[in-house]
Amino acid sequence: MDALINRIRGIARDLLREGKVDVVIGFEEGTIPFHSRPCFVRSPDEADRLIWNSFCENNLATYVVKRNERMGIVAKGCDTRALLELIKERQVIRDQIYIIGVPCEGMIDRVRVEAELRNRSIQTVEVREGTFLIMGKDFEKELEIKEFLYPSCQVCTRKNPVIYDELAGEEVEESVGETYPDIESFEGFSDEKRWQYFSEEMSRCIRCYACRNACPLCYCTECFVDASNPQWIGKSIDESDTALFHIMRAFHLAGRCVDCGACERACPLGIDIRKLNRKLSKDVLALFNYKAGISLDEVAPLATYRPDDSEAFILEP
Amino acid sequence: MKAKIIRKKDISGFLDRLIQAYRVYAPVMQNGYFLFKTIKSGSEASLNYHNTKMSPKDILFPQSEVLFRYQLDKRGVEIDAPAQDERDLVIFGIRPCDVRGIQALDKVFSKNPKDPYFEERRNRTVIVGLGCKENHNGCFCTAVGGGPCADDGSDLFLIDIGDEYLIRVISDKGEVFLKGEDLPDAETQKIAFAAVVAEKAQDALRPCVEVQGSEDILTQRFNDPVWDVISEKCIGCGVCTYLCPTCHCFDICDEAVNKEGKGIRIWDSCQYPLFTRQASGPNPRDTVGKRMRQRIMHKFVYFPDEQGMLGCTGCGRCVIECPVNLDIREVLNILLRTGAAR
Repeated sequence: MDALINRIRGIARDLLREGKVDVVIGFEEGTIPFHSRPCFVRSPDEADRLIWNSFCENNLATYVVKRNERMGIVAKGCDTRALLELIKERQVIRDQIYIIGVPCEGMIDRVRVEAELRNRSIQTVEVREGTFLIMGKDFEKELEIKEFLYPSCQVCTRKNPVIYDELAGEEVEESVGETYPDIESFEGFSDEKRWQYFSEEMSRCIRCYACRNACPLCYCTECFVDASNPQWIGKSIDESDTALFHIMRAFHLAGRCVDCGACERACPLGIDIRKLNRKLSKDVLALFNYKAGISLDEVAPLATYRPDDSEAFILEP
Repeated sequence: MKAKIIRKKDISGFLDRLIQAYRVYAPVMQNGYFLFKTIKSGSEASLNYHNTKMSPKDILFPQSEVLFRYQLDKRGVEIDAPAQDERDLVIFGIRPCDVRGIQALDKVFSKNPKDPYFEERRNRTVIVGLGCKENHNGCFCTAVGGGPCADDGSDLFLIDIGDEYLIRVISDKGEVFLKGEDLPDAETQKIAFAAVVAEKAQDALRPCVEVQGSEDILTQRFNDPVWDVISEKCIGCGVCTYLCPTCHCFDICDEAVNKEGKGIRIWDSCQYPLFTRQASGPNPRDTVGKRMRQRIMHKFVYFPDEQGMLGCTGCGRCVIECPVNLDIREVLNILLRTGAAR
């Protein structure tokens, strides 16, 4: 890990020194255990702030939109997939960003760790080879990283950057093939059961919009929920309005969502936001043989029309 | 001060009796975290918790509240006030930082002009505070004038002394509340021990920031470009404000279908661009830097100015739950320690 961090710092330092970029967006140490956080490095001597570990959970692609600077960006697999979509959607120019690709073994789910430890206060955490050691006032616990990865990391098929200018570390082994076991079992439930699950999840939503704001592909200048003239949606936490927000957001991300999981990690209430997005990803893959954030050349299915496009979902919904 | 003793194993039964007469809110574990919920049985509650994910402010100041309903007919408009809960409320096991949050809300809603919706509930609420033995990662109550066992604002206050809780009777309301309960008086020895527990907890949480004099420094730095630097990582969501025990900004909207409608008060957040966007388009707080500055200034300058207390209780929710770990303690330290030289 140290070699990787040194490599990231070295690349960032060179980029800034040579004036190739104005800023490097990466991760720095957070203020509490289990948190690394986004940082913006603007001079070569600040490059040592940059780090890499199993807590770099934010999708940094969310910061490149609507910026005029030339940016270096530290990007794991899912960050590069989002960048690729943003390039395709012309939200950022390819030449405007220098992608420092970082192969990623997945990020640790701090919420599940907290639940596992119940009420004990975590003082420090140390990541080791395959495990992490948590220390508190009067306890120590070593846990397997693999067992505590975020749900999106568990099903990730693009651990290595899909697009980059420089790779900061050795490529890691990918899991094979796209599978949706979670969605397939969910699809097997009755309409009532699915609706009940969805309603219960949505009932916890407080409309803080952390999911939307953490999402690299949610970049609308004005989100439909913020429009006031006309106002499309009620602003209370009425169940139908909350559900409408999530359903509309999911549809808007169909064929665009790269399943980075940033929405879920940002949600303070731990709502299963990805369920809808993954269902739509699965459908888009089945209907259009398209997966978001993989290739710059493939045209996004919802941005084009082909006479032989599948119509099954219209004719037999 | 009077003090009573209750055994931990008797808490559940105690709550069961309360439920007969009151609407009781207590910390309940759901989906892997705690929230204050109306309990139907004492066994649902757990006092073995750090703090709830959301502050309990929504008990007195709900996120969505119907203020009135109306309907139009040939004779005109008919307006109905919402029905009120007949039972009095108990907030059981609330942490001192959140009690302080309620004190802040009191300043806002119970002063002139009084807010009848808040006031009505507040007057009927008994607050049973719970001292903290151990602090959590985001906690900084001691830096903002509070403490892990600060009992002011509570009607009754529980301190964990092993197999029992010592109940400090703080207010007359608290005393009346305990009347029907046959709880033993605390012996001097136990009162002294509880004081030691409280002191230990206080000592264990050293103030992480010195806020004395912050009003002047922050005011001087109002136009400092540092706000934009600090806030650069902010994604502009409402987590910090919605989870905050003192944030109280709201919006009022109408929702109507055909000839029936309702006026609803909903939480709003100064972190949203829409909060200050004017009808004609311009927005005086058009950047995250300006919006973050507003949040800090409100808590550490405007609120103290107007209400005589800080608008931050050090509960640490914004520290722990911020999706990008934008830590208010660090923000204050940068602003207050680096001086205006930067």
